[in-house]
Amino acid sequence: MSALLEVEQLQVELPTPNGPLRAVRGIDIEVERGEMLCLVGESGCGKSMTSLALMGLLPRRATRTAKRLRLDGQDLAALRDRDMAKLRGNRIAMIFQEPMTSLNPSHTLGSQLVEALHQHRNVTRAQARDRAVYLLERTGMTNAAQRLGQYPHQLSGGLRQRVMIAMALMCEPDLIIADEPTTALDVTIQAQILRMLRELQQEFGTAVLFITHDLGVVARIADRVAVMYAGQIVETAPVRTLFAQPAHPYTRGLLNCIPVRGRQQPGAHLTAIPGVVPSLLGELAGCAFANRCAHAHDACTQTPPYPEIEAGHRVRCVLAAGEPAMPTETLR
Amino acid sequence: MSDDIALELCSLRRTFTLRRGLFGAATTLRAVDDVSLRLHRGETLGLVGESGCGKSTLAKMLLGLLEPTSGNVLIGGREIDPRERRAMARCIQPIFQDPYSSLNPRKTVAQIVGLPLKLHGKDSASAQRAEVRTMLDLVGMPARTHDQYPGQLSGGQRQRVAIARALILRPDILVCDEPTSALDVSVQAQILNLLLDLKAEFGLSYLFISHDLGVVEHLADRVAVMYRGQIVELADRETIFEHPAHPYTRQLLSSALTPEPGLGLPELVPLPTTN
Repeated sequence: MSALLEVEQLQVELPTPNGPLRAVRGIDIEVERGEMLCLVGESGCGKSMTSLALMGLLPRRATRTAKRLRLDGQDLAALRDRDMAKLRGNRIAMIFQEPMTSLNPSHTLGSQLVEALHQHRNVTRAQARDRAVYLLERTGMTNAAQRLGQYPHQLSGGLRQRVMIAMALMCEPDLIIADEPTTALDVTIQAQILRMLRELQQEFGTAVLFITHDLGVVARIADRVAVMYAGQIVETAPVRTLFAQPAHPYTRGLLNCIPVRGRQQPGAHLTAIPGVVPSLLGELAGCAFANRCAHAHDACTQTPPYPEIEAGHRVRCVLAAGEPAMPTETLR
Repeated sequence: MSDDIALELCSLRRTFTLRRGLFGAATTLRAVDDVSLRLHRGETLGLVGESGCGKSTLAKMLLGLLEPTSGNVLIGGREIDPRERRAMARCIQPIFQDPYSSLNPRKTVAQIVGLPLKLHGKDSASAQRAEVRTMLDLVGMPARTHDQYPGQLSGGQRQRVAIARALILRPDILVCDEPTSALDVSVQAQILNLLLDLKAEFGLSYLFISHDLGVVEHLADRVAVMYRGQIVELADRETIFEHPAHPYTRQLLSSALTPEPGLGLPELVPLPTTN
């Protein structure tokens, strides 16, 4: 059986006064049924543009092209806007970073939750309401039935995000795209919400594409990880492999520059990645990371290969492709 | 007597009166509730806590931006008078979280960093310019950026400018309020390294406010944990991270997600006082 979400050579281009900005430069993603795939990268790497492109929610000026863009075998690229709208909320749901902007401030939680199901499914309002109460309770809300009459502004940020998760689950979607859903929350609330999301995702068998910049979150929640840099996926691997044997110099650099207990002496210098990300205007020749990479050499001016170095572990780097293997002293 | 104490807070309190609607009953919010702290010279004191716990209200009072309801702040053993802003500015300076809103978009980098010197003006204009150049070099801003505007800089570069501006008057104390939380991790490491270097170079004392426990553990000598306006635990780094005593500290530590796959997500027992 093919993967639930199949994406091949997805590209997103935005026109700017200085020429086209190529935010997403040909990425391949496969999300299997019931798995949690984390898409991780720093700001401006194209991860949010990827999620909007998958949902068909890009700004109107943006252009999306893809060799293949399928959900459960259905070609999303060929869908008309109206048919895509039927899919959203129903088979693909989305959770954003700031729930206040995605909840309607002038409707009660109940009416918004009920509408999510009523619009897509042939159910009575009473049935939809029962499901709303059930899901709010499952997200850890107390007094769920009474809360249906409340408005979004009456809730804390953590509770609003619980409502968003309940709303995403209303139609039992196949896929949830969660874009930095806990970034605005305190660490204690974040841990509770991630745990709840992970439990519900596993129980309902929902696939999640989880977009984040936080490697700590990735380590704790992901089944598989794709690391994005400058509009491309530079490394993808099962979560344990990625953290134990990171192969791309960028992934290694990212892991090395987070202060972690017991890894470095307190107060000692952290291993920073020198330089800044390249501009995404126009073409990027060769490896996008070459100008910040300690291992860069002549071959890096060529388009890097993307070999599978072991099962499920692909790396976009010439050093990973050929012999000899990358010098090991840079490993942690 | 208090020679080794750079900054002292004595029973600092700040309350806000909230009113629900025009005729609603007024309620009192104790944002900072009887906080006493000492920052030793050359020390980095970490201050951690969740949003709304009073960290930023505390920082504003230290900087003279907000008057305490009661209690006082001593800098170098002397009580501060909020009316004497210039004298204060020479002792204590802030670095804020958001380098996008804390720099004037209409001034060049050199003008932004030079402004405090101009306001305190003792040196000649050319001496001030030289001073600005030296400071910008020190924070790693190449000469070509000195005449650029904040809009032309990356987030990390803007934070370097904010640091240069804070240090140009050679203060003893920096109050760093979440200085790297708006930055990407690769840039965060560069800025943290810079703060470590500058501390050694100028013998600075840092009050380092952050919600990121990994960063606090890396930088701080002692850590104060703030919860609902109060300091609930204060100890040296090892004690806080190895043997936390207060339940809230323990909860904070267990909810910090370190990049270690296989540990999964912690199950948190809600504290009795949280709702």
